[in-house]
Amino acid sequence: MAFSRARRNLIAELGAHAILLTFTVIALFPVLLVLINSLKTKKAIFRAPLAPPDAETFDLIGYATVLAQGNFPLYFWNSLFVTLGSLFLVLLLGAMAAFALSEYRFPFNRFVALYMALGIMVPIRLGTVGILNLMVATGLVNTHWALILVYTAQGLPLSIFILSEFMAVVSKDLKAAGRIDGLSEYAIFFRLVLPLVRPAMATVAVFTMIPIWNDLWFPLILAPAEETKTLTLGAQVFVGQFVSNWNAILAAMALAIVPVLILYLIFSRQLIRGITAGAVK
Amino acid sequence: MGGKPQKKPFPWHIPVFLAPAVLIYTLVMILPLAETLRLSFFQRDPVSQASFYVGFANYARLFFDPFWVGPFFNALGNNLYFFVIHMLVQNPIGILIAALLSMTHLPGKKFYRTAIFLPTLLSFVVVGFVWKLMLSPLWGVSKDMMSSVGLGHLFMPFLGKEETALTTLSLISVWQFVGIPMMLIYAALLSIPDEVIEAAECDGVTGLSQFFKIKLPLILPTVGIISILTFVGNFNAFDLIYTTQGPLAGPNFSTDLLGTILYRTFYGQQTQPGDPNMGAAIATVMFFIILAGVAVYLFVIQRKLTRYEM
Repeated sequence: MAFSRARRNLIAELGAHAILLTFTVIALFPVLLVLINSLKTKKAIFRAPLAPPDAETFDLIGYATVLAQGNFPLYFWNSLFVTLGSLFLVLLLGAMAAFALSEYRFPFNRFVALYMALGIMVPIRLGTVGILNLMVATGLVNTHWALILVYTAQGLPLSIFILSEFMAVVSKDLKAAGRIDGLSEYAIFFRLVLPLVRPAMATVAVFTMIPIWNDLWFPLILAPAEETKTLTLGAQVFVGQFVSNWNAILAAMALAIVPVLILYLIFSRQLIRGITAGAVK
Repeated sequence: MGGKPQKKPFPWHIPVFLAPAVLIYTLVMILPLAETLRLSFFQRDPVSQASFYVGFANYARLFFDPFWVGPFFNALGNNLYFFVIHMLVQNPIGILIAALLSMTHLPGKKFYRTAIFLPTLLSFVVVGFVWKLMLSPLWGVSKDMMSSVGLGHLFMPFLGKEETALTTLSLISVWQFVGIPMMLIYAALLSIPDEVIEAAECDGVTGLSQFFKIKLPLILPTVGIISILTFVGNFNAFDLIYTTQGPLAGPNFSTDLLGTILYRTFYGQQTQPGDPNMGAAIATVMFFIILAGVAVYLFVIQRKLTRYEM
């Protein structure tokens, strides 16, 4: 009985590995295929797409084309500036509002909380017509600020929602002690509460960052100028222009993947912990 | 209220904390949404460019004018199909992977988890083009791979044929996003207390029947949240179609979604100038579709789900 049970568990485990391995291969194969082929000569890309580059087929011509033709360093900087700028505002303003909503009793508290939560479900994209009019009227079209403002508005609802939950459980005694020591409300927020909700802010940061970095819609509509193109839009336009230059396209794809890949490998632990937060036993 | 003498000074810190977030959110999100709604009731004179009120005329055109009806309902139908594929493929696979990952003592689960979540982080431009290259008959990667398992005769330019393009794109999107249901379900499964599982095992409920009888009912609220997230995301989709098929959502509009028709209406296409007012009408319809989905979730699905205190 005990033997057959152990054996059944072994079979179940092997089955689980087989299924998970299949999905892992499906998930990774396209990414690896691009990375491998971006390092090969054009002939080798077509003759043996699955072979890794060797001494004979190794070629960096694609990367040379991308760096010579595209404004990729500039696009990269634009993406970085827009993403970090929005992230800073979403975290700071979101935490401030979450603190006000979870800490103080005032008229319309619940109403404000509901009003802000509305934005979690409604995609900001549906307001595009109005947003473009607003940005044209304020002269912000083709500036980083147009994107930063939109992404901030888009990120705030979820940020406030998650951070309020965490702020509600920050020890009351700590804040009371701070008030007795004569700390202002601002000092209590910045010096006592903010450091305590740092893990929650990391979670919010990850959820806010990915859609901003990858967004194509708003860069296309609000900031398509060469000076403000983000990496996503730049790669899209570049790929459209170099349709038949496979080396260049594969290199551009690889350049778009690698930063994300490195960041993910560094932060995957925090990211996954953030998502499974509250479920850790 | 304002005139009442107060002992405490007005708590200025509350508006200081609250105002920046509320202002940006209101100015950049809520007012433009309201403005979009308003614009959908106006139309522009083609000559003088003057805006005038037309009531529900834009909506009437969208639903009854043959020029709009076909494309609009085509996009709506495609969008529903796109959503159904996600519900039938993405979410069950996500649940399956999460269930396997939550098996105790499974070595290598961190590796699997990390790898399967990776595509979620890639931008649509990368995802779209990588798959476009892989499925391209020019390169032949997928043809060779299908031939190696004896399915070579089934190969066709999946993204280039009207019958297969939308299914292919839906599956690409599933490939990209399956990590999200996987993670959320995995987290939900982890939060089931050990005692519940132990009690089930004492009663001889193990393996598959344990999953379906004990665990699945406990994680149904999470499945509900995933469904509504999928719904909102799918009815808002645009990027993947735009990067692989272009704004015309070819071949022959077979992959047109509400997002792409909104983009084309707003910006115009070869033969037809952009029409922000019609675009606003389409955006408003999308808004109400999403709102209806969220309402169904909040008032029907969520209420029927039993939540177990854990």
